[in-house]
Amino acid sequence: MPKPPEARQRRSLVDRHTAFVAALREAGLPVSVAEGLDAVRAMQVIDLVERESLRAAYAATLVKRPVHRKTFDTLFDLWFPAALGDGAARPGDRPLRRHDPGERRPPAALDPEVQQRRAELFELLLAGDDPGLRQFARTAVAEYGQTPRQESWFSSSVLRTMSPETLMAGLLEAVLTGQDRGGMAEQVARRTFRDRIARFEDLVAAEVRRRIAEDTGVERTARLAVRPPLERLDFGSATRADMAALRREVYPLARRLASRLAQRNRLGRRGRLDFRRTVRASLATGGVPITTHHRPRRPHKPELVILCDASDSVSAFAHFTLLLTFALREQFSKVRAFAFIDATDEITKYFAPGTDVVEAMTRMAEEADLVWITGRSNYGHAIKVFDEKYRDAITSKTSLLILGDARSNYGELSLPILKRMAGTARHAYWLNPEPRRQWDTGDSAASRYGELMPMHECRNLTQLAEFIEELA
Amino acid sequence: MSLSADALFISPEDVAQRLGEVGYLTDDAIATTVYLAQALGKPLLIEGPAGVGKTELAKAVSRAGSAELIRLQCYEGLDEARALYEWNYKKQLLRIQAAPSDQAWDATHDDIFTDEFLLERPLLAAIRRPTTTVLLIDETDKADVEVEGLLLEVLSDFQVTIPELGTLTAVRRPFVVLTSNAARELSEALKRRCLYLHLDYPKPERERDIVLAQVPGIEAELAEQLVRTVNTLRGLEIKKAPSIAETVDWARTLLALGLDELDEAAVARTLGVVLKHVSDQERATKELGLKG
Repeated sequence: MPKPPEARQRRSLVDRHTAFVAALREAGLPVSVAEGLDAVRAMQVIDLVERESLRAAYAATLVKRPVHRKTFDTLFDLWFPAALGDGAARPGDRPLRRHDPGERRPPAALDPEVQQRRAELFELLLAGDDPGLRQFARTAVAEYGQTPRQESWFSSSVLRTMSPETLMAGLLEAVLTGQDRGGMAEQVARRTFRDRIARFEDLVAAEVRRRIAEDTGVERTARLAVRPPLERLDFGSATRADMAALRREVYPLARRLASRLAQRNRLGRRGRLDFRRTVRASLATGGVPITTHHRPRRPHKPELVILCDASDSVSAFAHFTLLLTFALREQFSKVRAFAFIDATDEITKYFAPGTDVVEAMTRMAEEADLVWITGRSNYGHAIKVFDEKYRDAITSKTSLLILGDARSNYGELSLPILKRMAGTARHAYWLNPEPRRQWDTGDSAASRYGELMPMHECRNLTQLAEFIEELA
Repeated sequence: MSLSADALFISPEDVAQRLGEVGYLTDDAIATTVYLAQALGKPLLIEGPAGVGKTELAKAVSRAGSAELIRLQCYEGLDEARALYEWNYKKQLLRIQAAPSDQAWDATHDDIFTDEFLLERPLLAAIRRPTTTVLLIDETDKADVEVEGLLLEVLSDFQVTIPELGTLTAVRRPFVVLTSNAARELSEALKRRCLYLHLDYPKPERERDIVLAQVPGIEAELAEQLVRTVNTLRGLEIKKAPSIAETVDWARTLLALGLDELDEAAVARTLGVVLKHVSDQERATKELGLKG
């Protein structure tokens, strides 16, 4: 083990443990005292030198929900880093190349050392050598991760210098022969290498976090590094990858919700007295109705009409909510969906059972007639069109659900029409993906629409799941 | 802890080796967690998608430790009488009717609430076994919430209270494994008492080893190709990603059909083994460029 830098205080394992648990709690993991003690007990029976055993021990005792695992791993890497400083050099490694602050470096493409490193990376990616990749990420960050004046560490500069994506063509070339191109073999190889490159990028990011933590303190870095788990992730700030992950969450979530709803229905209050069965049963007790029998209550299955804003600002949210309601189709007797930007069109047909999620989205975007003039949200006109074309969709049995941010670009609002629609429907709700404090700022008409129907803030999976459960 | 089962395993490496011997390939996390569950005497809750070997892990532990496996399959409406114990009413009734007419009621009463009339159900059976036992509580998420309450006493103190007989405490702590598909969230109280292991789809290397171990006679290269293809399928946005069990099935299918390379035609012919939704198959056909 290398010597720790002097600035670093030696802290006992117990202190480190309690600080780690505190950080987990701060990041939103519910770690009870008993679980903390379990972790300590676990540490007494495993080999602490094995870092992965320690990680497994902590994970088994403290992390009991898969969504928290990513946060846990990030924090674990900070509190129990795999190396200190530049790390222990492995025998046979070449010495690190250090750069003077003032030294001018040639551009990466011309720098022979960079090219040599890229060739090493190429071999590692080709072989899928994980320990090698880890070691490589460490040296790469040590060499290229600092800004010229060495005040901080960045993964972007490492990734720019190494630019692993540009190795893809060569990697594919290396494993595919000519006739495989374009077919399944290429898809599979591409996928494999993409995973490995992503893995490399993760390793670099973790390494950079470790370096920053050494410079500025673990607690501070931890607060900056931790992202909220998927279920609390804001729809508005979701990246493309997050959206894909969210879409993958649709079916498990729908299944969980459905089983919870089914259970609630079963346990739910009993219905009217079944007179005949009660009297019949009372014969066994000499005519005394000791146990009463009841008719099962009719399951409540609302008809759902969803009117959703499909403009770019809220489309991620609207898509996800649509998917979820259609995945929950069994819980509703009928679902009809309409999308609008500044005109409205019915989109139910794109979500027929068994259709593919991604395809439904693209078809909807291509085929549905949502734009009237500008292609910017105009709630007033959209509501008017809906009222003209689909007025009969809303009956006294309907629950009306509007998804949108209520930003009408200062256009008309059609408040009277919406008021009538809300009056006809059995229930009407508005889900707004914006944080509540931004309502009524700028062109938002949140409270004016909010007067007509209850408006809920719905920014993440948890809030959405809660709402759907209440609705069904 | 005097109650802890006399060590099934002595270290995580030992777990990995002995489970490997009975045909279950572990990784670091699995081996360490299984070892900890045994060393700390705590139940092990395993969650993960269907078909990643949750139940199989419990079975492998019982095989490796040559312990008896007692299984409680959970389902909707599972109750105390099915999970814990039940009095054998019919036999009790017979006993009362057969009692000599001069026997006092008290004597009969004492007589019919004895071991002889007790029907052991899995939980009680696991606690009373004097030998090493693995208790598998399968698909815990399918059971109603009340069953969790029932499990709490059994799993934290390893004892069962029967009003007529008193409290029965475990002679020897069983190794308890609970599995769940996460169809619903298990209660915090239950999770707190357990060690937690999330089993996910394995890394390609491990899955390849599994295929090689489970399907004798398959070429290493084909297994490699197969595992990469399955991995690609899992990366698509599909409803039901293929499980390990399905990968193994696929390997068997290819072997049975005598295919020694996994090209487009072979995949198109056998896609039904791994993807069981029409929309998933269509998507895979499109994304992988198969000719349907």
